[in-house]
Amino acid sequence: MTGPPQTSFGAEGRGPRLLSSGRGAVAVSTASTIVVLAGLVLLFWLAPGSAAVRHTFFNPQDMWKSFIGDPKAGYYSVGAALWLNIRMFLAAEVLILILALVIAVVRQSVSPVMFPIRVVSTIYVDVFRGVPLILVIFAIGFGVPALNLGFISTQSAAVYGVLALVLSYSAYVSEVYRAGLNSVHQSQVAAARSLGLSQWTSLRYVILPQAVRNIIPPLLNDFISLQKDTALVGILGAIEANKAAEIFSDTVFNYSSYVVAAILFLLLTIPLARFTDHLIARDRRRRLAGAPA
Amino acid sequence: MSTAGTVPADGSSTALALSIEGLQKSFGASAVLKGIDLSMASHEVICLIGASGSGKSTLLRCVNLLEPVNAGRIILWGQDITRPGIDQNAVRRHVGIVFQSFNLFPHMSVLRNITLGPVKALGLPRRQAEDEARALLDRFGLLDKQADYPDRLSGGQQQRVAIVRALAMHPRLMLLDEVTSALDPELVAEVLDVIRELASGGMTMLIATHEMGFARDIANRVCFLAEGRIVEDSPPAELFSNPKDERTQRFLRRIIDAGRL
Repeated sequence: MTGPPQTSFGAEGRGPRLLSSGRGAVAVSTASTIVVLAGLVLLFWLAPGSAAVRHTFFNPQDMWKSFIGDPKAGYYSVGAALWLNIRMFLAAEVLILILALVIAVVRQSVSPVMFPIRVVSTIYVDVFRGVPLILVIFAIGFGVPALNLGFISTQSAAVYGVLALVLSYSAYVSEVYRAGLNSVHQSQVAAARSLGLSQWTSLRYVILPQAVRNIIPPLLNDFISLQKDTALVGILGAIEANKAAEIFSDTVFNYSSYVVAAILFLLLTIPLARFTDHLIARDRRRRLAGAPA
Repeated sequence: MSTAGTVPADGSSTALALSIEGLQKSFGASAVLKGIDLSMASHEVICLIGASGSGKSTLLRCVNLLEPVNAGRIILWGQDITRPGIDQNAVRRHVGIVFQSFNLFPHMSVLRNITLGPVKALGLPRRQAEDEARALLDRFGLLDKQADYPDRLSGGQQQRVAIVRALAMHPRLMLLDEVTSALDPELVAEVLDVIRELASGGMTMLIATHEMGFARDIANRVCFLAEGRIVEDSPPAELFSNPKDERTQRFLRRIIDAGRL
């Protein structure tokens, strides 16, 4: 009982068409793409400093060396260090989704009892959206250990980095959530409450699922940005991909390691972007096709 | 068909189902209801008629506690539901409301739309709620739509599902808020038929409507609202053929001129 067959063809959104249809158009677009790319490559190749840049940034041997790493030579594997980025990203993402939702719901509440918490949430969002992330990372990463609070002050740089990312990104993501909550029409609240559902149950089963569907693209966009910003935690000394690349370049005096880091980050973010598209298309298909619950 | 619930005690056929006393409601500076008095017996069907903006919808929303009232009392089966500290969710479980714009949950299948209330608000086991929902869908000829999402249904089907969703809570009172106003003309009949069936089953119903012919057929009493008050309250035969208040006469004349009666 999945969707009827036509969904694999017609109803499935392919996104906006950039080109008019027809073979001629395809040929023209292919040709023009090749011409432009070839032009750029040629420019790069013929530039006076091309050989130096290719040696410094795109040296295959150094790229490979930095990718696998060599502790004896004094540098770490950029590929292995990426694992830390992934773990920081995953931990931060889960915490952000929770904290941002709490903040958004608090800010949307109308009860006078909630007023003080509402004020605190508003100040929080204003502050952490206003302060540059790198300063938050510095403040947490160097400030909290200096407090000498035992367990709290003896965590690794990665933990403080995740904490800073969570604090900063939750402020942004809570606003995305809030937009989503506002996008669900009041009549849905009325319908849910009229069934005798409590405020929380209405939120959980009726409002939030619709709100989240509406904000998946901006939400995923923020998470793509978060994946990249895990690289900033390197400034606290955590050996993540960017830091490993930096150590390599300091040791070997070649920047190809940064290109490796860049490629690895691309490999992380592109699947997430495609996954977003997939979720949007699936949701549209389901609602139009009448699949089982 | 009114299953005795936990809140109202006396469900006998002669009991006073609903009694509204001096109800006032305003939105900001504009007073919408300026003192409504109305009582209805169990199994009675009352139609509220009146121009748009006369307060019909607001009155229904007040009875379901979707709007807080400014003054007056609403008494459901002997219990004052406007007193402070009342469990609003408990009251709403006994009062079904169907909206003009259906308000089905678009992210849920028809079956899930109907079982959400029984499962989450009444605590019924899912299996039992689904069996009951299927029985109701079957009764109204919608069983083959159970797995569909609301977007796939016609307006008439959506509104019938919305009625089934309200019925699944076993309400003792149904509030219908212009349930055919958003429908294409050819879809109105299928929804009105459902309401007729409910009335013949003895459901207590308070219905805001623009369908005068339907009101004349189905209602025990028709109330004409104007400027936030009930200016006339009589059996349909009397109200439609021999309206007493001058405002009722004017309203009905306009309806007749528009060919709606």
